[in-house]
Amino acid sequence: MSKRKPYVRELPIDWWLKNAFYTKYMIREGSSLFITLYSLILAWGVFRLSQGEAAFNAWMAALHHPFSIILHLIALALALYHTVTWFSLAPKAIALWIKGKRLPDKFIIAGHYGAFVVVSIFCLIIITL
Amino acid sequence: MNASTITIDILRYRPEMDEKPFTQSYEVPYSADLSVLESLQYIKDHLDSTVSFRWSCRMAICGSCGMMVNGVPKLGCKVFLRDYYPKKVTLAPLANFPIERDLVVVMDDFIDKLESVKPYLIPEKEKDLATGPHQQTPLQMEKFKQFSMCINCGLCYAACPQYALDKKFTGPAALALLARYNRDSRDNGEAERMKIVNQEEGVWGCTFVGYCSVVCPKDVDPAAAIQLLKVDSSKDYLIGMFKPD
Repeated sequence: MSKRKPYVRELPIDWWLKNAFYTKYMIREGSSLFITLYSLILAWGVFRLSQGEAAFNAWMAALHHPFSIILHLIALALALYHTVTWFSLAPKAIALWIKGKRLPDKFIIAGHYGAFVVVSIFCLIIITL
Repeated sequence: MNASTITIDILRYRPEMDEKPFTQSYEVPYSADLSVLESLQYIKDHLDSTVSFRWSCRMAICGSCGMMVNGVPKLGCKVFLRDYYPKKVTLAPLANFPIERDLVVVMDDFIDKLESVKPYLIPEKEKDLATGPHQQTPLQMEKFKQFSMCINCGLCYAACPQYALDKKFTGPAALALLARYNRDSRDNGEAERMKIVNQEEGVWGCTFVGYCSVVCPKDVDPAAAIQLLKVDSSKDYLIGMFKPD
């Protein structure tokens, strides 16, 4: 009779805290929660705008609340963290072959930052004009 | 001679005696050039002949001695005691696999997944031997070579939280192997393999943790293979919308 009895280990609920790599990954993924909150607040502002000036001003005033400022600072920090880590991973999804050589990762990463700057300036111009 | 020693903790499991795994400590004479695998061989030869572990080549090509070294998937032959000394080294069987005995895991699921991706050339039409070999330029080979360097050690599965959470996920090595054949100029089986790629258990089960590529001892970069397959899968979907089949 076989004495085989394979033992299956359970994944501990805090698996992502036991390795810094997993923790950073979870922060990157977890940033979506705060970015979702940010988007909802922004969408709410557009909705309030449709209800007239007073409603929109009330929404603007609410944004000055310390709680709102802290929330937005956290969202900004996480969005930047997500951006930096995501850009550094971008070369893995892009295989560009030029004259028989694969385009080096640093060019792909630099391209992302370049596009980020251009889009940011474009948005700033639209907002301020 | 003032011999220094290093402590090696091994997660042990003997199916005929133990209900669950337990840790056993061993003191091994330390030397800077001793690999973890060699320290296990020392334990087996001099301290405890009942400790089980898999190994063969001792030079990072057979892929047998994968294990968790201080919680990180590594090849026992490619990691040295000097990187941990004087702290102790903790060894455990590869994560995310069932334990067969001590440091030996059951890899059946991994092997099944490797077999499931049609890992062989599917030529457009059978060529007569008399017409000579399938020729390939260095550039054509370069496009898949990296993904063909896998030694099937399973470290990437031990590093993959998605595989840990859902055993149906095809996983890093198998998908890298699939990419290796899809990118081969001699192969014409992409349409067949895209059915595997497009599934939820295919590339879309991957959330791009990326640790598989960090632990890979052969720089195969399975995370890149999977992300490139996601691009292929998206193209496949878009083309399918306008041009079914």
